[in-house]
Amino acid sequence: MEQFIQQLVNGISLGSIYALIALGYTMVYGIVKLINFAHGDVFMVGAFIGFYSITFFHLGLFPALLISMTACAIFGVLIERIAYKPLRNATRIAALITAIGVSLFIEYGTIYIRGAQPEAYPSGIAPLKSIEIFGVKISGQSLLILAVSFFLMIVLQFIVHKTKIGKAMRAVSHDMDAAKLMGINVNNTISATFAIGSALAGAAGVIFGMYYTKIEPLMGIIPGLKAFVAAVLGGIGIIPGAMAGGLLLGVIEALVSAAGFSLWRDGVAFVVLILILIFRPAGLFGKNVREKV
Amino acid sequence: MKSGKHLKGFWLSIVLAVIFSVVVQFLISGGTLNPFYVNTLFSICINIILAVSLHLIIGITGQFSIGHAGFLAIGAYASAIMTMKLGLPFPAAILAAGIAAAAAGVIIGIPTLRLRGDYLAIATLGFGEIMRIVFLNIEYVGGASGMTVSHLTTWPWVITCVLITIIVIANFTNSTHGRACLSIRENEIAADAMGINTTYYKVMAFIIGAFFAGVAGALHAHNFYIIQPPNFGFLKSFDILIFVVIGGLGSMSGSVIAAILLTIISTFLSNYPEVRMIIYSLVLVVMMLFRPQGLLGTKEITAFLKMGKSAKGGSKDGGKHTVA
Amino acid sequence: MAANTPLLKVDHAGIQFGGLKAVSDVNLELQKGELVGLIGPNGAGKTTFFNLLTGVYVPTEGSISLEGDKLRGLAPHKITKKGISRTFQNIRLFSDLTVLDNVKIAYHSLAKHSIFSSIFRLPSHFSGEREMEEKAIEFLKIFKLDDVLYEQARNLPYGQQRRLEIARALAASPKLLLLDEPAAGMNPQETEELMNLIGLIREQFNLTILLIEHDMNLVMGVCERIYVLDHGQLIAQGTPEQIRNNPKVIEAYLGEEVS
Repeated sequence: MEQFIQQLVNGISLGSIYALIALGYTMVYGIVKLINFAHGDVFMVGAFIGFYSITFFHLGLFPALLISMTACAIFGVLIERIAYKPLRNATRIAALITAIGVSLFIEYGTIYIRGAQPEAYPSGIAPLKSIEIFGVKISGQSLLILAVSFFLMIVLQFIVHKTKIGKAMRAVSHDMDAAKLMGINVNNTISATFAIGSALAGAAGVIFGMYYTKIEPLMGIIPGLKAFVAAVLGGIGIIPGAMAGGLLLGVIEALVSAAGFSLWRDGVAFVVLILILIFRPAGLFGKNVREKV
Repeated sequence: MKSGKHLKGFWLSIVLAVIFSVVVQFLISGGTLNPFYVNTLFSICINIILAVSLHLIIGITGQFSIGHAGFLAIGAYASAIMTMKLGLPFPAAILAAGIAAAAAGVIIGIPTLRLRGDYLAIATLGFGEIMRIVFLNIEYVGGASGMTVSHLTTWPWVITCVLITIIVIANFTNSTHGRACLSIRENEIAADAMGINTTYYKVMAFIIGAFFAGVAGALHAHNFYIIQPPNFGFLKSFDILIFVVIGGLGSMSGSVIAAILLTIISTFLSNYPEVRMIIYSLVLVVMMLFRPQGLLGTKEITAFLKMGKSAKGGSKDGGKHTVA
Repeated sequence: MAANTPLLKVDHAGIQFGGLKAVSDVNLELQKGELVGLIGPNGAGKTTFFNLLTGVYVPTEGSISLEGDKLRGLAPHKITKKGISRTFQNIRLFSDLTVLDNVKIAYHSLAKHSIFSSIFRLPSHFSGEREMEEKAIEFLKIFKLDDVLYEQARNLPYGQQRRLEIARALAASPKLLLLDEPAAGMNPQETEELMNLIGLIREQFNLTILLIEHDMNLVMGVCERIYVLDHGQLIAQGTPEQIRNNPKVIEAYLGEEVS
């Protein structure tokens, strides 16, 4: 039982990282209908920026987190402006291929610049003390991850629902042309979406590094894909859906590991993906939308 | 009707291909081609099979599948089991590889091909990853350390498989069945309204494409001495996708040319893998920005060659029976 | 089958999307050889009704039968094979393919040669393909499209695209042809030519036609009977004369242009 709860906590920690990345996927998809494959790589870049902030500049965890989020936000906007914006009216396939190209470029560009060798996040930046709740030991790191991710999600909810830019984002994702006619600056809104999504991915990168310690240039691929699965699971384009999907996926993976199938863990996410696409393509929180004939 | 003329072109291409194959065989046996070139040539041919088989799925039928390495993996492992575990001859292994991959094509195709565009892409990508993880976890085929395979891939097998792949897919494409697939790519709702059984043809394209990817897997496995699950990750799928996209979605000769060029480039850059990937990725992005239709667009190379001769150059039937 | 079985019988058919009744309780009968109009203001559910007939949507209530055969639950391609063919409001051609190929695709369900025969280029492949090509060219002559056989459909002028779409729908050899605003976007002269063409093909192919049209004059001019749909329900039916004077129809169109 204790073991089970322990695994559950691990799953929720991992799941909240997925959720943070999934938010960026889901927001971008909701607004420009693009699977931003490069999103997982923004996450990787965030992890490295956090790492260098801590080791070279001897910053604490929170300043590093902020720097990483800011840098990733700028990076995300740059990717959008340079690679995606010219393709806004292109076919979906062209956009998807571009996204794959951008993703490969960031991955191998990083390897070219700094080599493929992994780095280890310094230990001791996060509280190591464990806390005992109901007889279950929960590591300080897990709690910190949960606190950071939930805080960011609340901030995001606030931005999306209470601010002007949030309102613009919702309007553009609902109907880009109508929003344009209503005087909303669509380009800026899309950039803001990329900025927010990328900042969340950057934050996820730093806490991922802190939790798993090892980071490397191709680390973004698998968590990126899984986060996309999480976004689809919750219903793509739906922000609470991405959060729930991420947490659910993390828990499922942890339980599969706990059941002794840890080598199959990476496969489970994709099985979940295919099942959800077949049986409920709109996701758990989504509504079915028909193609207009 | 024009079929007589086309038939002549068809046999001419076959004769040329046979002469080419025999000459190459002499060069190999005579030692003129050193092992490095022979290996590059084999890689080119295997990649042509992969590119042409994916071309049928993406370029002709318009189904954006990015898990082609999954079928390659199934073919590679199925053939390796045939020769290494069951002691069967190589031709049986090639056939088994194709059949196993085609069977997987049916199993994965029927449920996922209901999905459209992005969703299908991500589902097929998931399928490719699942296959990799499955092979990683099966001890019978060596798990993570992989499986050693004896070197049985020879030039006659390679070139025969390439020719069969091209002929079968070209013949399929240039028939009412191929047009049914094209109509799905062009407008699925209209295709349905015209009486085309769209599900049937999508699955059929998937099966044929998967079959030849499996065949390529058999040649691949018996060329490289060892197969390991990481060889069949989605980077491999992307490699194949890049051939098809750069060659021109809908152009078989385009994907063949792209497979040849890119294989040569990556062979020369094999000591600098990250440079290769950077170039690949830049080419992809720049291509999508400035020439999203790829090198040849939807046309076949013969349409360009004919341009000078006929006023109707570029007509769609230009590529009939073309053996690249 | 009794001699007086209508070609198409729609019995209390309707469809609901979520809570919205897009079309409800529609009763409609078409006799062989009729040319019938279906009119109604924007958003009245005309195209949705076509989608019910062609199997794009499955009716949530009522039934539809063609020559006495129930169509409910059949996939669109099967309904096409049974004999209902259509055009689309927003033209849906196979735009990267040639004019000839567009029509050949409509002949696909009549093809006798198998995939096997095509892959191995057996004699049946050649004879089958030749037959299709000859038929398609013959057919395109009727529509005066035989001089653009190898043109990509996307390169045709708008009027020719409309004509090609009708030709393609007819090539599927339907018993019932559904035309969804065939004259949309055409100038008066093109519209008149189109109407003459429709009259011509109707006689030549012994067709039954159901026509959605926005242009009241046009519908009044060619149709023998007219159904009027408003808010998903039939509000009137009758001859053009009866429809013209029907107060319900006038009311439905008020606020809209009463043209």
